[in-house]
Amino acid sequence: MSGSHAHALHYHGHSPVHHLPAEIKLVGLLVFVLSVVSTRPTAIWAFSGYALILMIALGLSEVPARFFITRMAIDLPFVLFALLIPFVGVEPKIAIGPFAISEPGLLSAWNILVKATLGAGASVMLAATTEVPDLLRGLQRLKVPVVLVAIASFMIRYLDVVAGEFRRTRVAMAARGHNPRTVFDAKPLAVAGGALFIRSYERGERVHQAMLARGYDGTWPSSGNERIAAKTWIVGLTPALFAVIVAIAARLL
Amino acid sequence: MHMPDGYINLATSAGAAVVAAGGVAISLRNSGKELAERQVPLAGLTAAYVFAVQMLNFPIAAGTSGHLLGGALAAILLGPTLGALVVTVVVVMQALLFADGGVSALGLNVLNMALVTAVVGWLVFRWLMKVLPARTSSAVVSSMVAAAVSVVASATAFVIEYSLGGQGGVAVRTVLQAMVGVHALIGLGEGLITALTVGTVLAVRPDLVKGAADLPLVTDRTAPSRATTVTFVVGGLVAALVLVFVLAPIASSAPDGLEKVALDMGFSEAATDHPVGGPLADYGVSGVDSERAGTVLAGTIGVAATFAIGLAIATLLRRRRAT
Repeated sequence: MSGSHAHALHYHGHSPVHHLPAEIKLVGLLVFVLSVVSTRPTAIWAFSGYALILMIALGLSEVPARFFITRMAIDLPFVLFALLIPFVGVEPKIAIGPFAISEPGLLSAWNILVKATLGAGASVMLAATTEVPDLLRGLQRLKVPVVLVAIASFMIRYLDVVAGEFRRTRVAMAARGHNPRTVFDAKPLAVAGGALFIRSYERGERVHQAMLARGYDGTWPSSGNERIAAKTWIVGLTPALFAVIVAIAARLL
Repeated sequence: MHMPDGYINLATSAGAAVVAAGGVAISLRNSGKELAERQVPLAGLTAAYVFAVQMLNFPIAAGTSGHLLGGALAAILLGPTLGALVVTVVVVMQALLFADGGVSALGLNVLNMALVTAVVGWLVFRWLMKVLPARTSSAVVSSMVAAAVSVVASATAFVIEYSLGGQGGVAVRTVLQAMVGVHALIGLGEGLITALTVGTVLAVRPDLVKGAADLPLVTDRTAPSRATTVTFVVGGLVAALVLVFVLAPIASSAPDGLEKVALDMGFSEAATDHPVGGPLADYGVSGVDSERAGTVLAGTIGVAATFAIGLAIATLLRRRRAT
């Protein structure tokens, strides 16, 4: 892979979380998020527990809190949407000032807000501490079909190339006075998009021919299949295990 | 449209994940050997393309903008199986690398944004291509309608999931109206961009449009796409009216069914009607008896009014820019 291995959400580091094999982080992320989602919204203490687990993991990962919080901005549209729910929600309503606030709507808003935020936080943790090649290898070891992993790896590899090409096209269009305001101005953009598709596809054809020239026969070289020690799994899944304990406790109490 | 964690309960999310995995498995098997050997780099680059195009925000009306989902576009260009796979990869990678969309909602997001859009987009496109005369312009109009319908279908899939496992708080009918209403607009933008993209590709490399493989090839490659603004305005109106005639009657009867589900599950109160009656209250026209005809009439009036207002705004903006 040419250029940097990094992507938008990645934070370069050498912490224990960074060095954890990607498949353990993927499983841990899934278990953590499923625990969060299965918790009833009224168990507020449980969500504090999840947040604490996430914060301890953040501390171990040496990712600066400021970096972490700004990367969670992806959550923002849903925060805004969730804030809307109490106003359009169902009966019974309670009066707060001049507004009639739906009580189930309020609960639902809290439910979405807290779960979406914790989920996004956990996802940002994975993205921040895992490099793309490791993530793809992890997916492959978790038995994701090799074809999907291969498509994903080509996508990541050429994403910057294609996006850069598109950016340059738009700069060129802007330099020639294109300034889209209404839907009627979308035509040049879409035509540029069509041209971009043809270029991407033809690049794919060239890449394939280059691969054939280097002996590609439709099979993928298998990456090293070193076994991961059981101890690493257990240590790596500890945060997820704590999340499961919190989820079970929230269900029983 | 990327759903975060917590919107839909665990059981429904898990069900959607199973359905999505099944759909991906079927696509993988159908794409078979050809994909493994030849098309992997092509699929990867198309995925990069869809990813890049999703960053393209297009203006819908003054102030608001939407971005392309790309499911119908990928299906028309690559065929439904490969198209669905490509958008699936895009959605999964957005969740894992960019925290866009929740991990527990991954099945839902793949189902709504990749499988439903690709399959519905492809079916509508192929059906229209059969009905319309075999010409390049038909492919352009068909892809516009197919993309618009695919977006509304995706929004409808969300509403069904919400009615099954939503966390409650908002009546299903309210969600249905909001989602389908907003996405009818977004669908028009998606349709416009998809049609223009397909038109451009057809003009330069018609062999790359899988959905139009049976079209006679255009021999004169230097001829530009003959689609003008007028064609697209007319195409957009046709797409909107198709939505009104085909989807509106379904939508007007669907809330009862969905609400029944919601009531059975015990989290829905009846939605209250708008306090102001208005001549188009409840999407019917006073004085028209048949509910279906009334809905369609109301929808048509709505489309006409929206079109007129949109045209007026566009003309005003254009004039202001000219001065």
